[in-house]
Amino acid sequence: MAKEISVDISRVGTEAGQSETAASRTRNTCPRCDSHYREEEMVANLRVCAHCGYHFPVTARERIVQLTDEGSWNEIARELHSADALEFVDTRPYPERLQAAEQQTGLSDAMLVGSADIGGLPVALAVMDFTFLGGSMGSVVGEKVFRAAELAIERRMPLVTVSASGGARMQEGVLALMQMAKTVAAVDELREAGRPYISVLAHPTTGGVAASFAALGDVVIAEPGALLSFSGPRVVRQTTREDVPDDFGLAESNFRHGHIDLIVPRPELRDMVARLAWLLAGGNPYRRPTLIPDLGAQRAMGRILGGARRRITDMLPDRDGA
Amino acid sequence: MTAPERPRRFLRRRGGDGDAWHAVELARHQDRPYTLDYLARFCDDFVELHGDRAEGDDPAIVAGLGSFRGQTVAFVGHQKGRDLKQRAYRNFGMPRPEGYRKAMRVFELAGRLGFPVVTLIDTPGAYPGVGAEQRGQSGAIARSQLLLMGLNVPVVACVIGEGSSGGALAIGVADRVLMQQHTIYTVISPEGCAAILWKDAGEAKRAATALRPTAPACLALGVIDQIVPEPGGGAHRDHAKAADMLGDAIAAELEFLDTLPPLERRRLRRQKFERMGAFLE
Ligand SMILES: [Zn+2]
Repeated sequence: MAKEISVDISRVGTEAGQSETAASRTRNTCPRCDSHYREEEMVANLRVCAHCGYHFPVTARERIVQLTDEGSWNEIARELHSADALEFVDTRPYPERLQAAEQQTGLSDAMLVGSADIGGLPVALAVMDFTFLGGSMGSVVGEKVFRAAELAIERRMPLVTVSASGGARMQEGVLALMQMAKTVAAVDELREAGRPYISVLAHPTTGGVAASFAALGDVVIAEPGALLSFSGPRVVRQTTREDVPDDFGLAESNFRHGHIDLIVPRPELRDMVARLAWLLAGGNPYRRPTLIPDLGAQRAMGRILGGARRRITDMLPDRDGA
Repeated sequence: MTAPERPRRFLRRRGGDGDAWHAVELARHQDRPYTLDYLARFCDDFVELHGDRAEGDDPAIVAGLGSFRGQTVAFVGHQKGRDLKQRAYRNFGMPRPEGYRKAMRVFELAGRLGFPVVTLIDTPGAYPGVGAEQRGQSGAIARSQLLLMGLNVPVVACVIGEGSSGGALAIGVADRVLMQQHTIYTVISPEGCAAILWKDAGEAKRAATALRPTAPACLALGVIDQIVPEPGGGAHRDHAKAADMLGDAIAAELEFLDTLPPLERRRLRRQKFERMGAFLE
């Protein structure tokens, strides 16, 4: 019966309250090969398992450090907060969930937007954070995508987004659904203004984000092993009772079926974004991006390492919400 | 738009659990008119078009050209089935990517030849199947919205039953968005929401109340432009009257939209969606 079928494009974030050490042991242990890393090693390796290549999740702040030139990040729209227009209560009121997520992550919602340089090329950048209520998209994320697109148009820069989201935020009801159309409107503005758009899909990009702005990049790049689907494997299994293949919805499967342009390992992501931003801007030979020389994985990581570690440490007070 | 005070007061005034769940039940009523029922009554001629020109034809979405009150209109709508066999054939109104690609083909045709577009929304969501994912469900839903956003012809969308999730919104980007009186528009089905937030699909009634999917709530939240009245008791009680009321509402909207210059209309459509949401700054 149709009425019993639920098509969920939404998720809630993980509950807070795990003890710090247990959390860090789980967080820094590779789920694929069980290798364990110290936090400094994780940062230095861009949170890629040195043993098997597994890509761990990356917070928005750390992603920005990994991708952008030192000191170039300039955040906008940082004061945006959800208004809870529905006064939504499930097992907890939505404002309580928001507050808990804010305290846990030091963020005001699931996305940071601003301008930055990547290899010397200015871009408008929007980065999602899965740790904030499962990276779900509500009114704030929708508005931030829109402002990032406006910034790209105003300053004649490409837009780069990095998605990591379980989908639309249920607690904002139909307003969350409408954020899909809102971000699509933002992409429409970009296209009309002739500004290019690079969409990077990290694990996981599903539901309402997968089916709106994230799908509409002029170039769509995925990280290896990322789950990219409209419905998650659990919902597919429950609803259709189909056999779900092992690689269901993964970046590799999406690539085979022609839905994404490239799968780029994290150590090469920054350079790929810089090269594409340059090519999409016309490829002016006098403004080539500065790439990391000799992109042998070890050297690349080493080069990024020095700056990244220092800068992430610098950012820590901010994270605590000081 | 920041902190909408008006919707808040409105929403607080609304009644208890009964309201929302009653709307859910009426929106899903098996005798409600479906897209083809309306088209048969709206149009003095209608030719259904088939196929997405790539993979196949999706019976969960109906698309075609109809003669509606003196002009050709491109119609696209979700289609549910009434008996067991038809329900399975229509896949319970849950489209696959082929359905959205067929819709896009017809949107594009309408834009090129200057026909207004009318979409009728009635789906529990896009089909969550392995094949549908492999053939690009997310991309199809995103691109259908983008195409509608940029069309140079008038677009009117109306929720005629269940408007659930991205599978509904894929054909819901329009200059004017209407909801019939006893329909719902929601980010997720109440059952799906209950399963995730309450860990119990049996809490669907509470989830329905929390989601505020009713037409008056959607109007207060600025998501729709107009509520179209239904015959007493609901559209299922009198198909002919329901079709007249909906047809009149659509015709009036098309007449109004026709007075706007195409570029201005397009700009306003985009702006309408850009202003949706509730946040503080
Ligand atoms: Zn590993």
